[in-house]
Amino acid sequence: MMDDLTQYPLTLEGADAPMVSFRNVTKRYGSLTVLEGLDLDVAEGEMIAIIGPSGSGKTTVLRMLMLERIQEGVIYVDGKPITHQAKNGKLVPASDRYLRRAREPIGMCFQHFNLFPHMTALQNCMEGPVQVLGMSRRDARERAEDLLEMVGMIDKKDQHPSRLSGGQQQRVAIARALAMRPKVMLFDEVTSALDPEVIGEVTNVIKKLVTEHNLTMLMVTHQMGFARDISDRVCFFYGGRIEEQGKPAELFDNPQRERTQQFLSAVKSAD
Amino acid sequence: MFDWRWDFTWEILPRLFEATLNTMIAAGAGYAIAVVLGLVLALAQRTPWRVLTFVVREVVEFIRSTPLVLQIFFVFFVGPQFGIRLDPWTSGMIAIGLHYSAYLSEVYRGGIESVAKGQWEACASLSMSTRDTYFRIIIPQALPPSLAGMGNYLVGIFKDTPMLSVIGVAELMHTANAIGSENYRFLEPYTLVGVIFLAISLPAAGLIRVFEGWVRKKLGMQ
Repeated sequence: MMDDLTQYPLTLEGADAPMVSFRNVTKRYGSLTVLEGLDLDVAEGEMIAIIGPSGSGKTTVLRMLMLERIQEGVIYVDGKPITHQAKNGKLVPASDRYLRRAREPIGMCFQHFNLFPHMTALQNCMEGPVQVLGMSRRDARERAEDLLEMVGMIDKKDQHPSRLSGGQQQRVAIARALAMRPKVMLFDEVTSALDPEVIGEVTNVIKKLVTEHNLTMLMVTHQMGFARDISDRVCFFYGGRIEEQGKPAELFDNPQRERTQQFLSAVKSAD
Repeated sequence: MFDWRWDFTWEILPRLFEATLNTMIAAGAGYAIAVVLGLVLALAQRTPWRVLTFVVREVVEFIRSTPLVLQIFFVFFVGPQFGIRLDPWTSGMIAIGLHYSAYLSEVYRGGIESVAKGQWEACASLSMSTRDTYFRIIIPQALPPSLAGMGNYLVGIFKDTPMLSVIGVAELMHTANAIGSENYRFLEPYTLVGVIFLAISLPAAGLIRVFEGWVRKKLGMQ
């Protein structure tokens, strides 16, 4: 069935327009439907925690914003569609070039950091601003050093990733993403690959972002305590849909749906 | 060793050394072509254009499945029928460069595929262009794992240069043949050719390993 694109607006406007908006989004890999008819609005400055069992589609939510194409629906970021582009007053699937531009306001951090191993921490943070934003090396260096300072990695700025611990690499990765001055930040299980004793150094940086910056954030996490602490809203995914969502205190203390209750008690007993 | 004539050996050595230089130039120039063209062939197979990918894939397979000497003959003897008249040197360089570019493209392909998937995703997350993604991120990381294979083919191309003697390129083998038939003595020139090839090939393999370590260090990837 073809998706009727005329039902979607060309842009989202107005003071209360969401920063990120999923409209009826479906994502399939071959015949496997990972997400079906997802509707989700994220307000500017809002921090959303995405939780759920593996295979629930929670990581796919982030990947659709940054890395992959979708089969149905439209995703808007900062008022503009990123999956489609307007042509003669109609939405058509986005070209690669448009897609790249449209994704510029989005930054992403990964479970396995994905720093560039042949570059130092500083070079990692300068690469995007110099090559993509066309900044001068001097300005890019200044910005990168400020950010490395903020994540507490300025002392290690000339080290290659292979010389850094997981927690240190993840902090550099956060600085690298922030160097692009994103409006939306995506965190994909950023503490899952870390040793327990260094998780705190990464979560502290993210907390700092929440309190000091007006960033819109989507965070997939397995750390329920952290999600509860810092998010404005928690979305519980199950079977490719949002099963339940709400304020962290409500969802964690008083889950309404049976699957949410099962999931939370399973997580609790694992802790 | 019976019947080995040292005076003859010393007499022909300068001529063989000169030919060695030619051999090295031939190998070096052929390799330079192969290194660049191989990368083009490898990248062409990764474009979204299906037809191009398919054609390049088949061309690489064709080159790898047919003998080098046939390709040399083709460029030199068949070329003129299509109005492409090249001297033996140029024909030789093109044939050998083309032949080895097919092999090197496979080495590059393996190197590129060995780069972690997350690196592509990191590039996408920074909205980097395809070109920057390849030339600044992927290829530098694909290089160290490719160097061993590239080194093998450098030695390979060097050892294959005698094939160029069939179209009259004055490299080592060709010169040894000439010396042999002028003097009716083949033992000394052919033995020397073997010794010279050995003396260059053996240390080359070691140097390549050292170079590989140096590149890894330079790129901060131990």
